[in-house]
Amino acid sequence: MYLQLAWRNIWRNPRRTTVILLAIIIGVWSMIFENALMRGITVGMIKNSIATLTGHIQIHRRGYRSDPVIENSITEPEAVIAALKRILPPGTQWAARVRVNGIASNARHSSGVTLVGIDPASEAKVSFIGDAIAGGHQLQPDDPHAIVVGEALLDKFETKIGHKLVLMSQDTNQEIASKAFRIVGTFKAEMQSTEKQFVFITRKAAQQMLKLRQGLSEVSIVLPDQQESGVASRLKAILSPNGYEVNTWKELLPFLRAYLKLLDVFVYIWSLVIFIAMGFGIVNTTLMAVFERIREFGLMKALGMKPWWIVRQVLTESFLLLIIGIIMGNILAFLTVLALSDSGIDLSALAAGAEFAGMTRVIYPIVSIKDWSIANLLVMVLGLLICIYPAAKAAKFTPIEALAYT
Amino acid sequence: MKIVECIEIDKTYQQGKVKVHALRNISMNIEKGDFVALAGPSGSGKTTMLNIIGGLDSADSGKIIVDGNALSEMNQTQLANLRLHNIGFVFQAYNLIPVLSAAENVEYVMLLQGIPQAERRQRTKSILDEVGLAGKYDRRPAELSGGQQQRVAVARAIVSNPSIVLADEPTANLDSKTGKGLLDMMKKMNQEKKVTIIFSTHDRMVMNYAARLLRIRDGQLVDDQVKNN
Ligand SMILES: Nc1ncnc2c1ncn2[C@@H]1O[C@H](COP(=O)(O)OP(=O)(O)OP(=O)(O)O)[C@@H](O)[C@H]1O
Ligand SMILES: [Mg+2]
Repeated sequence: MYLQLAWRNIWRNPRRTTVILLAIIIGVWSMIFENALMRGITVGMIKNSIATLTGHIQIHRRGYRSDPVIENSITEPEAVIAALKRILPPGTQWAARVRVNGIASNARHSSGVTLVGIDPASEAKVSFIGDAIAGGHQLQPDDPHAIVVGEALLDKFETKIGHKLVLMSQDTNQEIASKAFRIVGTFKAEMQSTEKQFVFITRKAAQQMLKLRQGLSEVSIVLPDQQESGVASRLKAILSPNGYEVNTWKELLPFLRAYLKLLDVFVYIWSLVIFIAMGFGIVNTTLMAVFERIREFGLMKALGMKPWWIVRQVLTESFLLLIIGIIMGNILAFLTVLALSDSGIDLSALAAGAEFAGMTRVIYPIVSIKDWSIANLLVMVLGLLICIYPAAKAAKFTPIEALAYT
Repeated sequence: MKIVECIEIDKTYQQGKVKVHALRNISMNIEKGDFVALAGPSGSGKTTMLNIIGGLDSADSGKIIVDGNALSEMNQTQLANLRLHNIGFVFQAYNLIPVLSAAENVEYVMLLQGIPQAERRQRTKSILDEVGLAGKYDRRPAELSGGQQQRVAVARAIVSNPSIVLADEPTANLDSKTGKGLLDMMKKMNQEKKVTIIFSTHDRMVMNYAARLLRIRDGQLVDDQVKNN
């Protein structure tokens, strides 16, 4: 009967109830959706960063990360490869690269680039370059003169596929090595900066040009499940004593990690801001409803109701409103996320701005159980807490005041 | 047996800078089973008196004992419990909770008292039949006439057999025929169920229903007569 009474009471003023429900629904919807969007941005950024030549785990010669010069290369890759074969779980993909800084130039332009020597077959399974070819064709393993560059670089150099590009870098003899390549293909990346930074040639061509023999700069590993820390520590145990460094993506991308933490904080602040706006609406309308019923509360007290029972009754009414609003807000949020889960939100139109913030071009909202329960709990618990105020007001009227009130 | 005992009750209200002496040195007793009218002109202190007996308001000095309980020694929770279990109220108007039906209004007090549902239902139905509302159980207050609403209020006040029912001008908002009907019904309840009822009025016709008449003027008890009708 208490619930029934509360239910009838909230529908005494259908318009007010509708307004308050709308506020809760919109609040819950925007909290969940906003969180899903943030989570989508975050996951997109991580995926993109891992695919942009990072991988889950990387192995370098100690010293390479602070000073990525040719002298800090892995000169005897056999030992590393043997360790990989022993430790990596089945389903793991890995690729070995040569990666040095150099200068690309043609007749009109020149610019600093990162020269990456890859094995196209194994690289395709590890990083974005496998399915990023936008024009021309992918590198052939036996083509020592081929080079693949980013679309943005092609534009910047005012050149096209089939034309020449000269690469310069320091070789192992401390001399400037330089070699002409023919552009066979272009790639597209999430970020323009990626397109301008990396140029790809075959690993063999790079090793020859830089006189590296079998030498490598790094090994990049992508695990089937994202459980990188266990594998990394096992690799470390073997490789660290021999002068190698093993790092997980979290260690390799400290900026990204800090950024993600900031996003987390932002999500909570944003949820709170939405809640405060919604909370004012709830408190105000509940207060209004309470003042309209002063007589009734006075009557109840005259009949022997204790103040606490009145508090409980008002809170029961608020609870009903909150639970209806929360359920409908959730349904709305899930429908929105579902509708966007295929196509995502395409930010290409504002790609420059989005890229500045480090976001990918398309955002796919993701609802995590944690975000979802935090949003719902926040609304329910804080919602009830703030309604204690009007409820206490209702309980404070004395029967005489209330019955004299007209 | 004394149900209500008032000894030298005084009550003063502060109205801005003016002091209003609402009750002056009132002493009286009410016996179990009495059917008492508290009569007096407007502003004489009838409502104040009933509120003090019902524990809704407190006296400045003097002693009130209701059903063996000295009200001045009780805290708010104890007073609430006394009202819930021992006192029935009927006000002039707005007696009912608008979202509850007639039957639910009656049942609600018993729910608060912790009476089991089956008993609540049975008692609600029989009391509504007795006050002449058979078949109107499911009507909301807005769907009942003023007289019918007051009958529901009386039914609610007496359904849990309180020691005393306090009715503040229960007929004031009713036309005289409806008012008489209500009073006939209240008198019947008083005689059949032996429930003690005090009602206030300024209406001569209404006073005539009482078995005992307490007259009050300017906060003073001026007359106390027992009638034989
Ligand atoms: N809360 C209050 N504050 C100040 N004065 C009050 C208050 N309640 C009652 N009074 C005053 O006390 C006196 C008695 O009032 P009371 O309401 O008891 O009269 P009453 O006999 O019930 O009158 P009525 O027939 O108009 O209902 C009046 O002069 C009234 O103005
Ligand atoms: Mg009065």
